[in-house]
Amino acid sequence: MNGLNLFGLLNGLTFAALLFVVAAGFTLIFGLLRIVNLAHGALYLLGGYTGFAVASRAGFAAGIVAAMLVVGLVGAGLQAGLLRFVRGYELRQVLLTLGVAFILNDLGLLVWGGDTFTVPIPAALQGATVVAGVYYPKYRLFVLTLGAAVFVLLWLLLNRTRLGALIRAGVDDAETTEAMGVNIQRVFLLTFALGATLAGLGGVVGGAFLTLYPGADSEILVFSLAVVIIGGRGSLAGAAVGAVLVGLLNSFGQVLFPELAYFVIFGPMAAILAFRPLGLFGRAA
Amino acid sequence: MTRRFLVAASGLLVFAVAPLLLPTYQVSVATQVLIFAMLAMAVDILAGFAGRTSLGHGALFGVSAYVTVYWVAVEGGSPWVGVILGVLAATALAAVFALLAIRTSGVYFLLLTLALGMVVWGVCLRWSTVTGGENGLRGAIRPAGLAGQIPFYYAVLAVAAVAGFAAYRFVNSPFGLTLRGIRDGESRMRSLGYNVPLHLFIAFTLSGTLAGTAGALSALFNEFVSPATVSLAQSVQALLMAIVGGIGTLAGAVLGAGVIITLENTVSAYTERWPTVMGSMFVLLMIFAPEGILGSSRALLLRRRQSTPERPNP
Repeated sequence: MNGLNLFGLLNGLTFAALLFVVAAGFTLIFGLLRIVNLAHGALYLLGGYTGFAVASRAGFAAGIVAAMLVVGLVGAGLQAGLLRFVRGYELRQVLLTLGVAFILNDLGLLVWGGDTFTVPIPAALQGATVVAGVYYPKYRLFVLTLGAAVFVLLWLLLNRTRLGALIRAGVDDAETTEAMGVNIQRVFLLTFALGATLAGLGGVVGGAFLTLYPGADSEILVFSLAVVIIGGRGSLAGAAVGAVLVGLLNSFGQVLFPELAYFVIFGPMAAILAFRPLGLFGRAA
Repeated sequence: MTRRFLVAASGLLVFAVAPLLLPTYQVSVATQVLIFAMLAMAVDILAGFAGRTSLGHGALFGVSAYVTVYWVAVEGGSPWVGVILGVLAATALAAVFALLAIRTSGVYFLLLTLALGMVVWGVCLRWSTVTGGENGLRGAIRPAGLAGQIPFYYAVLAVAAVAGFAAYRFVNSPFGLTLRGIRDGESRMRSLGYNVPLHLFIAFTLSGTLAGTAGALSALFNEFVSPATVSLAQSVQALLMAIVGGIGTLAGAVLGAGVIITLENTVSAYTERWPTVMGSMFVLLMIFAPEGILGSSRALLLRRRQSTPERPNP
């Protein structure tokens, strides 16, 4: 493998790590609440803008914390304030989140304008380091580590904690879980807030190397959709596999077919759908 | 039947005399209403009658517009041929979308059409050697006879009337009834021996033809096309029109297009925050009136007649 290919591979993997962080939040909400949150991209962008505003004044770590808090709260507000009125109607929920996405994006345009922003990163993550003989930006390696850490933490949360057990039970059968005395609405709210928080985290982290601009939300949303469609609803492993697939395809697609890169990631998505309409790891509802 | 005929005839009459009474600017607004009514009808054929809500129709609309403008402005071809090529392109693309999407239903269908539509948007944005990238394509492409505002309006009205009649006949044909059967009980239709995927495929493809017709006309109207024409916002707006009017009522598509286009023009005169207004409308509609104007009034009438309202899912 020559240097260029390794570079492309690393680019694909770091993009995959970011996609995983964002898509994991999306698939959690989709899996448990059956809500396709089309405002997820807008939450990502909101997280990015918030992170940018805070990180420029108080540092990168503060930016991450602020973005996660703000976006988590907005997500909880969306679930508790709006979505509960259309509970049980799948399509009405989706279209409602779509409306929210338009509002959030337009407000983002109002506050931050049409300029492109880059979240400032700390000095320790600037510059490049040598990986297997090629110079590679340190920050992107940090993103890769972060993606892996989020995967491990989410796995532990879902498989080793009480909340995780409740979420898994809710994914399998929300009604029975409720009948067993669990306040499933609270689990729903926490899950929605958690999913939104992950979008916020993704916004700050992604905003530092993909930059933030009006429209970044729909790009990341489409990539997340592709990841979840490939991986299957509500599956953490599916999100990881889907993210790696989409990340690598996007990275090599951009080199091989620069003008049609967008097209390349959807070929496998279509192929997978033809054979497994519910995704690689998806199960029937 | 006669009542419906009267409604359609009076609607047509209103649109036919409108240019005699309205100033030029309003005529161009009315032209837009007719064009978008066709797009909203295309969405409604799938959403209201086959139970498949699509967020990819903006892409079908936009591809037709791109092909039309490209053929006339870049290749120097005839506008008539351009329109035909545009409609054919949209139909072909709809067939591809359909092949991938008809196996899914509900939110999966919505997600898939959304993703497919975004691919088209991405290609239009990045493939700048052909599509002009972010700047789009521009050129004087209207045929000489239709250069004026009024003749063009009547041409669009004629096409829209024919398309509306065809759509009406389509959804009330035995084929359309089968589609409604699929909407209400897919597995039942399957076990009755209907070829469900084939019906959905044909419905999607024809819906694409209608969306493409609207797109080609909008290309002639604006003489300009850009990635915004194929964007998600376009699909969303078309769906919003269909929902505002009432899903499952073709006349509602015209009403919805009228309401949304008028509102957009009014709101845009005061503020740049049209997306916020559109988003808020979506949120409020979903919470309070998912059946739309015609759907709600129909439900009200039915309730007054002491029977249970029929409510297709939006």
